[in-house]
Amino acid sequence: MSETDSGDEPKGYGQSEEEDQSVLFGIDFRNDKYMLLTLLVGVFALYLIGGVVIGLPFRGLMNQLGQLSFWIAVFAMSALALNLHWGYTGLFNIGIVGFMATGVYITGVLSKPVFGSGTSAAEVGGFGLPLLVGIVGGMAAAAILGLIAALPALRLRADYLAIVTIALSEIVRFSLLSDTLSSADVAGYKVGLGGGDGVILDYGDPLEVFVRTASVPFDLVFGQSGWLWEEVYLGVLVEAVGSAIPNNPKPVVDNFAYAFVLLLVLGGFYVLITRIGSSPFGRVLKAVREDEDVTNALGKNTNVFKIKSFMVGCALMGLIGILWFGTQGSVTPNTFRPRITFYVWIALIIGGSGSNTGSVMGGAIFAAFLFQGPRYFKNIVETVLGNPEAPSSFGQAMAPLSGGDIFPMLLYTLDSIRQLQLFLMGVVLIWLMHRRPDGLLGHRKESASSIPLTRPTKKAATDGGEDQ
Amino acid sequence: MSDAEPSDATDSETDSGGVTVPDADADVELDAVSESADMVDVPLKVRDLRKTFGGITAVDNAGFEIKKGSMTGLIGPNGAGKSTTFNCITGTYTPDSGVVEFNGEDITGLEPYEVAERGLVRTFQIARELSEMTVLENMMVAPMHQRGEALWRSVFARNDVNKQEEEILERAWETLEFFDIEHLANEYAGNLSGGQRKLLEMARALLTDPDMLLLDEPFAGVNPTLEERLLEHIHELRNQGYTFLIVEHDMDLIMENCEKVIVMHQGRILTEGTPEDVRNNEDVIEAYLGGEV
Amino acid sequence: MGASESVTRGRELIVEKPMTAALVFIGVVLLLDMLRQLLTGELAISGMLGLIKDGLMRGLVIGLAGIGLSMTYSILNFANFAHGDYITAGAFSGWSVTYLIAGGFGAEANIGSLALVGAGGSVFGGALGVNIVNTPLAVLAGLIVAGSLTIGLALFIDRFMFKPIRDAGGIPLLITSIGVAFALRYLILFVFDSSTRGTTDAGTVPDIRPLVLDGTVPLTLHDGFLVVVAGGLMLGVHFLLQRTKLGKAMRAMSDDESLARITGIPTERVIRSTWIIGGGLTGIAGYMFVLWKGTLSWNDGWLLLLLIFAAVILGGIGSVYGAILGGLVIGLTASTAVIWIPSGFARAAAFVVMILVLVARPQGLFSGRSTA
Repeated sequence: MSETDSGDEPKGYGQSEEEDQSVLFGIDFRNDKYMLLTLLVGVFALYLIGGVVIGLPFRGLMNQLGQLSFWIAVFAMSALALNLHWGYTGLFNIGIVGFMATGVYITGVLSKPVFGSGTSAAEVGGFGLPLLVGIVGGMAAAAILGLIAALPALRLRADYLAIVTIALSEIVRFSLLSDTLSSADVAGYKVGLGGGDGVILDYGDPLEVFVRTASVPFDLVFGQSGWLWEEVYLGVLVEAVGSAIPNNPKPVVDNFAYAFVLLLVLGGFYVLITRIGSSPFGRVLKAVREDEDVTNALGKNTNVFKIKSFMVGCALMGLIGILWFGTQGSVTPNTFRPRITFYVWIALIIGGSGSNTGSVMGGAIFAAFLFQGPRYFKNIVETVLGNPEAPSSFGQAMAPLSGGDIFPMLLYTLDSIRQLQLFLMGVVLIWLMHRRPDGLLGHRKESASSIPLTRPTKKAATDGGEDQ
Repeated sequence: MSDAEPSDATDSETDSGGVTVPDADADVELDAVSESADMVDVPLKVRDLRKTFGGITAVDNAGFEIKKGSMTGLIGPNGAGKSTTFNCITGTYTPDSGVVEFNGEDITGLEPYEVAERGLVRTFQIARELSEMTVLENMMVAPMHQRGEALWRSVFARNDVNKQEEEILERAWETLEFFDIEHLANEYAGNLSGGQRKLLEMARALLTDPDMLLLDEPFAGVNPTLEERLLEHIHELRNQGYTFLIVEHDMDLIMENCEKVIVMHQGRILTEGTPEDVRNNEDVIEAYLGGEV
Repeated sequence: MGASESVTRGRELIVEKPMTAALVFIGVVLLLDMLRQLLTGELAISGMLGLIKDGLMRGLVIGLAGIGLSMTYSILNFANFAHGDYITAGAFSGWSVTYLIAGGFGAEANIGSLALVGAGGSVFGGALGVNIVNTPLAVLAGLIVAGSLTIGLALFIDRFMFKPIRDAGGIPLLITSIGVAFALRYLILFVFDSSTRGTTDAGTVPDIRPLVLDGTVPLTLHDGFLVVVAGGLMLGVHFLLQRTKLGKAMRAMSDDESLARITGIPTERVIRSTWIIGGGLTGIAGYMFVLWKGTLSWNDGWLLLLLIFAAVILGGIGSVYGAILGGLVIGLTASTAVIWIPSGFARAAAFVVMILVLVARPQGLFSGRSTA
């Protein structure tokens, strides 16, 4: 065989020609991984500088950075899970929040201490199962809810699936709110969803459970239960930070440690979704996204592929719900409004659907600039201004405008930043759909095969040259 | 079961100068030899097929048989029911009544993927490429029952999956070479020209390891040069043992290239026979050729 | 003869459409259960009539707002998730005017508070005596402003948000509309704050309480006004679609846009007219809803949106009559569901009905007849 002359090779996979411009300081910015790293370093640097400039106390600054890491991990994971649905399979799921709620609520019911066991002053009890069992149960419940939604709905058009999933997420919320399910006797256990008051998640500190679980092999070696937690975490880590923050350092360390756990889980998500995407399974998913009839005509049972993809994504969303809301001490139904779904969609669209590194970047950009950014900005400005009293209504802010005093309006704006940031997100989403439908950073291609798609080399030794 | 075991690498060692023959063909030929004893000579039988939409009868008691290794043309004026017949055979529609039999098995009313799994694979009238995937990825979707299509294996048994991926990749390349579109391998399918899409679609269908190919207007919108090439490929594949049923409304093409022609008119089979017979059939001239002859 | 025929048809239904048959079966069971409840006195007849009345009123609002959604869904081919917030925008703008007029432009309360519909509890509709009898002018002016402002808003959003990407397809438009919805909703929240205000002086609205067997079913003048306004507008739309050239063009476009374009129908003008009609009806629906229920909140439109989608899908996308009928069915479902299930699930029941319809008959219950 003769070699293909490289002139014939079309430019594949977004290989850019202007190599020199994108390589700076020896770092190749065309590479997504470096781009992601740069982004993360930049974001943290920005937050750090912002905090230092206004003289935020060290403790507050650390808390901000810990929170930032938490949000980046949460939204990156969410975007990845949604990418499996929408980016790979073309399943228009706008009921994400319903699966998150299912995950955390079922975990709560399974793992809360049994009613009346003393420690719990909560209105209902749980089954008292270990937290890890509860987490698996919560994920399974989310997956099963996904299956229930998927069985009838997957053959519908994308816009119908959208309406069905968002209705489903609202049905979940109404069910959580209902008095009927708030408390019940199941096999002698007094359990329930708590109705409008929500559920107190008194199953112990998840971080401690995670660390103690990770400690099992060490425990065998050192003959001490929870060695990693007692000796390393409390004994070394918290002690060490205590020298910088003498007054109650544990919450600060907890913040970072939990964010670190989430980043580990995020890594797991990334590997999982990337493996799914770059495999024959993922290839069929992408084919379904492009044209389901064709894929079916090629002998693939597309419904089975869609259901699997949907269930896996839902289970992951359930897990995110558990990791996100499960540390807040309690959950109430009205937390789970569609705006959380909206957050995840913006994160995915910023990153560009279909791409995993894009999803992570989208999650990070969303968390840093659209979600946490405005709140941090508010903190900073308020600190600088010495926490002035803002007008309580738009009218009171408007009135001084006629006298040329714009200050009350600015304060009101700042005070309402949580509402305005949703306005801003809406505008950003519109802008993205108009100008950057492939994502803020442009279209990126990820291979749909588990091996590099270069020409096979085995036939003739001379062919080897073309593999880079 | 036709578990898509891509054949050994050695099978594909073919003459280096000429056209490379895809592995798939080797398999089919082997199958043909080993099964020839009990093998049906008539893989596809259609009997009394009927399909109505609302009050309109699109296919009315249509029936025909396709011989193994033959190339049959299905022609007829617009609205004659060719496409509906096609869709009833391949599972896109469920016929109201009638029987479709493939390799001795009743496949009436099966889902499209089940029909394809049995070795009866179709292409579409308007070539439907998976546009946001590259040509190579399009190809690699096709092989049936890939081990990596199991979710757990795609995550946890990568080495196992990779081994088969290499074989699939190789077959995909070879088939692309056979159709002379290997230079487009890493192009997005959406960027191909109409004719290239037709080639891709046929190449992709071949990778499913079919016994028989149903081509829905394979020459529509293809320029004459490409049409010539496409025809060459079809003839070559036919010589290797594939069976073809081609829906087409370009009469001359069918007359010149098929050994058997089925003519449909108003949902019924008007006549069938050799091109010669059909050309001289009064009814056909009446219904279809009209003033042309 | 009739009986055996229906038995045969029933058998056909079970064999050919098991899903539909199951739905029919569930419906029959529910009806029987309602009869049981009525006979045993668990449910008062007057109570049931009250629920039905409530459902019909809600249904009228849903149907009125649904007409616009259905028309844009079929003509522009996308599900407009911002539609609910058009309702909210219409309601706030209309009620702002009503408050201003009823409050004598600052005579009875701070003019800013009036304009902001009593943000932060500064003015109450009850204190201003707002209702159709005391302040008819304020109500009518509010109604008109709600309609016209929503028309302006719908046209503005179409021009700058949807039109530039109209060729991109239904899904990008849908996603964009979600962005529009959030931007609009939270802008309203920013300006008008998050309080739920009482808007009417409900106590002085004249009503009749006819005695029905075992109790009374109150009917207020606001109920009557809603029926008149909604019914009148629906009739108006009917005549517009059937009798005018514009109506014919709209029906043609909803059937097949490219064909309509080829046949020389001025598609841009038809699209604009669609937004004008749809936006106007939606804004008025928002205003009337608030007048009828007596409260106003920034979330009203969103909460109504999914019910409207349910109605539109039930009625068959693109069908105006379907949207009206679907609205009544969904309104009735949401109100009367409490007969069978705990009230916490009433809204969920309407969504379940929608999902069942999508699964069993995605083309809608009333499609297959004439569009429009």
